[in-house]
Amino acid sequence: MTWCGDKPEPAFSEPWHAQVFAMTVALNEAGHFVWADWAERFGATLKTHGLAKELDGGEDYFNAWLETLEGFLAEAGLVEVGALSDLKDGWTRAFLNTPHGHPVHLSAGDNQASTSSTST
Amino acid sequence: MDAAGVFWQGFGMPHDHDHPHSHLPSDPALRVKALETLLTDKGLVNPAALDEIIDLYQNKIGPQNGAKVVAKMWRDPEFHKQMLDDPMPVLQEMGLYGRQGEHMVFVENTDAVHNMVVCTLCSCYPWPLLGIPPGWYKSDAYRARSVREPRAVLAEFGVTLPEGKKVRVWDSTAEVRYLVVPQRPLGTEGLSEDDLAALVTRDSMIGTGLAQEPGA
Repeated sequence: MTWCGDKPEPAFSEPWHAQVFAMTVALNEAGHFVWADWAERFGATLKTHGLAKELDGGEDYFNAWLETLEGFLAEAGLVEVGALSDLKDGWTRAFLNTPHGHPVHLSAGDNQASTSSTST
Repeated sequence: MDAAGVFWQGFGMPHDHDHPHSHLPSDPALRVKALETLLTDKGLVNPAALDEIIDLYQNKIGPQNGAKVVAKMWRDPEFHKQMLDDPMPVLQEMGLYGRQGEHMVFVENTDAVHNMVVCTLCSCYPWPLLGIPPGWYKSDAYRARSVREPRAVLAEFGVTLPEGKKVRVWDSTAEVRYLVVPQRPLGTEGLSEDDLAALVTRDSMIGTGLAQEPGA
């Protein structure tokens, strides 16, 4: 195995890694959970994921982080799984409806949503 | 919903063909977007505050903070003693206090002992002193092997210790995080705190490296 050692690397290799990290820190600082509980749950997710394959500490790590946060917030009643799934679909449609090179607004997924729900 | 309702493009891989529509982010990126939108709508997070947190950890907090503390410990015997005995009051004064409320413990390398830090649970790490951990610190390989065969891991990092030297591995938790104080290199007696801090690498404070020799 080779380690990167002291080679400088960005703190977050993908924007979503930074975003999910920041949301977790912000929710902790606002008092929605204590960090020890977070670490406990995150550790359990890593352990479960690690049974299937050796986790690389990059994308694998933040996938486990995201899954932990989604589960934790749903269990605490702070988010609803259905609402999250609808928003994800809305963002997906928004990206598909927005011409390349333009900023993507969630509202761009709205019209398509009502059209597709009436046509199918 | 303003800030969370817009997703600027340009994060994806560069591509040399025209898309009729926007580059669709990965599944987890879309889930994160959905989570941020919902939490923002509920008033549980504020996009501007999230940007501040990202900026802080991406650009402002890093190993230079820990290096400053180590260099000061090398030069100032009283500070050195404080950091080993009860570092939290001083760290708070210096603004290096953990936002997650963790307690710091400094473990010092000597001629007899080399210290090394891991988190076998997840990736607990002294963020205020070292920033966000490198990928390898979070990997299963490091988390498992540093406990099982620390000398082999050290050798892969290019650190070979003298035969009789003991290796102690410290397992971090959410409450207690460790920082290794590397041995001060020889020939650094006259150096200023800043010059000393430049010798203190991130890995030397995790214990997978040694402080650099001056002029190296």
